[in-house]
Amino acid sequence: MADGTPNLRSGRPLSDRLDLRLIAEMVEPRSRVLDIGCGDGALLDILVHERGVDGRGIEIDMREVAAAVAQGLAVIHADADTDLAFYPDAAFDYVILSRTLQATERPREVLAQMLRIGRRAIVSFPNFGHWRVRLALVTTGRMPRTPALDRPWYDTPNIHLCTISDFFDLCAMDGYVVERWLGLDDQGKRTPWRRNRRLANLFAEQGLFLLRRR
Amino acid sequence: MQRAAPAPALGDAVAHQTETFAEGLRLDCGTLLRPLKVAYRTYGRLNESRSNAILICHALTGDQYVAERHPVTGKPGWWEIMVGPGRPIDTNRFFVICANVLGGCMGSSGPPSEMTDAEGRPQGRPWGTAFPPVTIRDMVRAQAMLIERLGIPKLFSVIGGSMGGMQVLEWAALFPGRVFSAIPIATAAWHSAQNIAFHEIGRQAIHADPNFHGGEYWRHGTIPARGLAVARMTAHITYLSEQALARKFGRRLRTGPMLTFDNDLFEVESYLQHQGSTFVRRFDANSYLTITRAMDFFDLAAEHGGSLDEAFRATPVRFCVISFSSDWLFPTAMSREIVRALNAAAANVSFVEITSDKGHDAFLLDEPDLFRTVSGFLKGAAERWSRG
Repeated sequence: MADGTPNLRSGRPLSDRLDLRLIAEMVEPRSRVLDIGCGDGALLDILVHERGVDGRGIEIDMREVAAAVAQGLAVIHADADTDLAFYPDAAFDYVILSRTLQATERPREVLAQMLRIGRRAIVSFPNFGHWRVRLALVTTGRMPRTPALDRPWYDTPNIHLCTISDFFDLCAMDGYVVERWLGLDDQGKRTPWRRNRRLANLFAEQGLFLLRRR
Repeated sequence: MQRAAPAPALGDAVAHQTETFAEGLRLDCGTLLRPLKVAYRTYGRLNESRSNAILICHALTGDQYVAERHPVTGKPGWWEIMVGPGRPIDTNRFFVICANVLGGCMGSSGPPSEMTDAEGRPQGRPWGTAFPPVTIRDMVRAQAMLIERLGIPKLFSVIGGSMGGMQVLEWAALFPGRVFSAIPIATAAWHSAQNIAFHEIGRQAIHADPNFHGGEYWRHGTIPARGLAVARMTAHITYLSEQALARKFGRRLRTGPMLTFDNDLFEVESYLQHQGSTFVRRFDANSYLTITRAMDFFDLAAEHGGSLDEAFRATPVRFCVISFSSDWLFPTAMSREIVRALNAAAANVSFVEITSDKGHDAFLLDEPDLFRTVSGFLKGAAERWSRG
């Protein structure tokens, strides 16, 4: 809202995902935001109505798109792997990819596109380095199933899983500055391990990163 | 409604609500059309700040009678399901305007209206085939003159399907400062070769009718009913989908044994013949030729140096692009082209492909996802407009 008052719209929980709240806090009020894989627009709704941003979304599932547009949000049906190329450079202040990077066909290219069309990128993903994942693979010898990764291997959209450490490495390799990062538990709350990369890589269920170009 | 013989001068059979512009309109082809007449209808009330006006743009064979009984056919308005009190385009909130397109036959300047010379003097005969070729952009300029005459500085929204969607895109490209939001539905930024081809079949059917008399059927007191009906029948198939035809008619027979050459053997034939025969009572053949040509000419990218992005460069207009999954006349890929250009222009755009088996005509039918999308988008746009 332009005047800063919260808009408590009837009947809708503002968010049942705490990580969306943490992402929203990273975004400057009244900035321009693109949310990739925005679903039914839960995060966009918070951003538009509470932080007064000019928010756009793209989503691959048409039913979710219809729901978001019917709420008055600017959302298009598109595929992050192919359609980001059609946006001009620096069109947005932030480009957000929440829990979707691991489901893209070419995550490195998607990240590069995000930091081309946005001045900053906000990325969250399930941490494959979590101790429960490691333990499950070691003890059962089968693909791990955790609260953050709850689908069997043959039915998962998650085709490019990584750990928090892996992600730091990719940022270093492609020259992205990590302005902020957080380790989150499975409910999207901050974990106490957020100061230490190695501990976060072991104990955080998700990583949340705010990046910019060098 | 049964009529012994169709009225020869269709445009004059009914008194339409009309604005006349004595200064006329300079068309893209160079001709000064003078005076210009624009027939229109309005629904709802214009508010004090003149900020609640929505322009509806009609399709090829539509007209200005959006949400009321049609004065010629006696049938309900063509978009009553979308426009009216409590409807997605709510006339309790919005002031809705729809104008008969330039080249049409429901009271706006067009082939059936009286011919004028360069000084605007009446010539005592209809234009007929002498009516100058018009473009979608000419249609939009004529609408813009009406909107100005009605005292509306900026439209809250421009909405239309099919050829109406072409006008919506043209409005946004031509007058970005006079449109706050735009909803192009089941449309394209240019008319495809396939669509031009289907139009040409219709035109050839009209030309081949002996009652056409080279377009001067008004001199002979006839109308090329057969040709116009065949044009309509061909076009009507393109508005449906294979699934919709199978669901509605299948291979059902009307009567009699299979192996005859009777007309009307299959139900789908009788349906198409009905579509054709009712159409000729309300539409003028020369208008059909003029308007199909305007659609064929349409290429918004070509109007902007070959780049559709350029048509929308830095546009402040908010867009909601809508397509239907079974529409093969204006397929989703055409809408996606528009969306990509709008993204490249950093425009504010929503895009929904609605799942429907009803083909191109879905935009006129009972499609709850369409209604939710339109009302939701308008609501979001209204919030933004009121914040300034």
